[in-house]
Amino acid sequence: MTPKPSRKTFSLAQRQAIWAYVFLLVPMAFFLLVRLYPAFSSLLLSLRDYRPSREVNPFIGLKNFQDIAADAVFWRAMINTLLYTVIGVPAQLILGILVALMLQGINKAKGLFRAIYFMPYVTPIVASAWVWQSFLNQNFGPINQLFTLLGLPNQPFFASPYQALPSVAAFVVWQQLGFQIVLFLAGLEAIPRTYLEAASLDGASGWQVFRYIKLPLLNPTIVFSVVIGTTGFLQLFAQVVNINFGDQGGPLNSTLTVAVYIYKVAFQDFKMGRASAITVVLFGIILLITVFQLRVLRRRVDY
Amino acid sequence: MRKSLKVGLALATAFGFTVLLASQAQTAKVSITYWQYAFDSKVKIMNTIMADFNKANPDIEVKQENFPYDGFIQKVESSLAAGQGPDVVNLFYGWVPQFAGNGLIQLPEADFPAKSLEANVGPLMKASKINGKYWALPTAVRTLAVFYNKDLFKAAGITKLPKTWNELSSAAQKIQKTDAGKIQIAGLALAPQGQDHHLFREVLVRQWGGKPYTADYKKITYNSEAGLEAWKFYLGLVSSGAAARGLDLFPASTNAYRDAFIAGRAGMIIDGSFAIGSIRGGAKFNWGVFELPVKEAGGLRSNFGSYWVHGLTRNATGAKLAAGVKFLKYLTSEKVQRDWLANVGEIPANTKLATDATLRKDPIFGPFVATLPFAHATFFANEADQRKAIWDAADSVWLTKADPAKSLAQAAATEQKVYDDYFASIKK
Repeated sequence: MTPKPSRKTFSLAQRQAIWAYVFLLVPMAFFLLVRLYPAFSSLLLSLRDYRPSREVNPFIGLKNFQDIAADAVFWRAMINTLLYTVIGVPAQLILGILVALMLQGINKAKGLFRAIYFMPYVTPIVASAWVWQSFLNQNFGPINQLFTLLGLPNQPFFASPYQALPSVAAFVVWQQLGFQIVLFLAGLEAIPRTYLEAASLDGASGWQVFRYIKLPLLNPTIVFSVVIGTTGFLQLFAQVVNINFGDQGGPLNSTLTVAVYIYKVAFQDFKMGRASAITVVLFGIILLITVFQLRVLRRRVDY
Repeated sequence: MRKSLKVGLALATAFGFTVLLASQAQTAKVSITYWQYAFDSKVKIMNTIMADFNKANPDIEVKQENFPYDGFIQKVESSLAAGQGPDVVNLFYGWVPQFAGNGLIQLPEADFPAKSLEANVGPLMKASKINGKYWALPTAVRTLAVFYNKDLFKAAGITKLPKTWNELSSAAQKIQKTDAGKIQIAGLALAPQGQDHHLFREVLVRQWGGKPYTADYKKITYNSEAGLEAWKFYLGLVSSGAAARGLDLFPASTNAYRDAFIAGRAGMIIDGSFAIGSIRGGAKFNWGVFELPVKEAGGLRSNFGSYWVHGLTRNATGAKLAAGVKFLKYLTSEKVQRDWLANVGEIPANTKLATDATLRKDPIFGPFVATLPFAHATFFANEADQRKAIWDAADSVWLTKADPAKSLAQAAATEQKVYDDYFASIKK
């Protein structure tokens, strides 16, 4: 056997690539350890009757999935989560575009207005949830006092199983709006001025400019907003937990989301296996929806 | 330079030896960890108790760690499961079945014989007997009574304290104030998630002539004619304008009903003796306590009695176990129990101390202690789920106009399933 002559020298490109991989190794290791490993082990956990208080946690196959399929509270959480998404994502998208268009149009105190709209996003969720809760309190809240002054009937808002979900959705939209606005402002700024100038020379109306220039060119931003917004609403947690703090996910599970339910099953009932099974289901749903959105919504627009 | 270096070295060596010696002396000491939830007066008195105990037992060192009440049981359970956490722990009796079932706690029979426990604590002890064995030591007992706002009673012209539930209901109606449909002051603030689920099972059902469950705790039986009447009475307090859901007054609080009372927004609440401290500290009005009403004058008196236990965890083995036993014996000694009552305001589990004449005559503690002989402790296979069953049933009637009979049947079925699952799981 003749030993192969080992190549001791790499080309410049190869060396650069090697160094790139070396540097990538650190974040990659972190990602594998902190993200992928737990995700993978929760997949394995979902096949066991895992409770931390016991020493033996038997393998039970798909039993956890069968159990959650038969669990009415799980389905309630599922439907609620979809409702939040269906109400919340379009609402924050439309409002985000509208406010961004208006903010782009003003000349005075631009920074101030932008700061005001962004403020809810940087306010701690706990604080703003409690403020919303007291504003919309059915007995002492100022909104209901206003209703009385206007001769309108009192509304229970968060205290009613029928009104609580839309009320929470409104709160989340209000709270996320700042982020959406910044997103769309950046999207609008990125539209080349030449298109807008050409359109105005051609005598296009404001609506036409919006409909045929701004909106199509905003498409990548819209896709991003929808994907991020959907993922956010599907994982809704802190807002729900804090808005009815004395009855989290209530009244009568009417505001319960899948994420809050996972938390309850895992850390109140200590059924880790079952909670992992719900996590796997939620992960699957988010994955499917995201892939679908990216495929359908991503149309390239070029002029 | 050299000299100072030598001196320095010598000093360092000497210091090193001292540290070494000291640490050797320390290793002879058994160190045990004690956990209870963070509650100012309880933490303070426990520090004093521990200091006294450590002084009397120089070979043992007890360390205290505290966690917020919300999530306390989760923290204890997950730590013990992971082989960490306390050696001695303070637990609600309702959690004991779960902890015992999972083998997380222990109580050596030789040190704490069943007979003396039964003699000291009385019939309430029964709810902690699992697989024919006791698993923890009761230390503080709680019963229910009605807290009332004397100023609101006076303003409503009520001079006689209610003795029957109907009297209570009409007093509450007089106090309740609404403005344009908005409740400003509730006659009675209700909380099925607070103490009312206990009130329903152990007081109302029994007073209306039913039984909440069978004597062996295996069957839920409150879904009966008598139980339904009691249920309708309780739910009807809201529709008759006597009461409001506590959560409608203070939705952001886990103790909404009590916060409403402390804020002067409720004329009455039904609460446990453990609430005395926070009401005394928070209420800025004249308040008092009276005994739970009966159905008709001279009718059956009943109460819900619950208790907190101190238990040894499975972490305590060998020398730690011996130290833990010593500490538990000290905790349940008469002197410590009296100190606990004086400082925390919790009624001692020892019946002899609880029925003490001075305690019975106390205007605040009296009503709680008076009904102690009539108190029942519910056996909870899973306290959180059983509470939620009654809570959801009440809310479904109040918020969605569900049929009371159906809601009660649903609650009973849910609780029954919790029992069935539990008994099936401990048989294995």
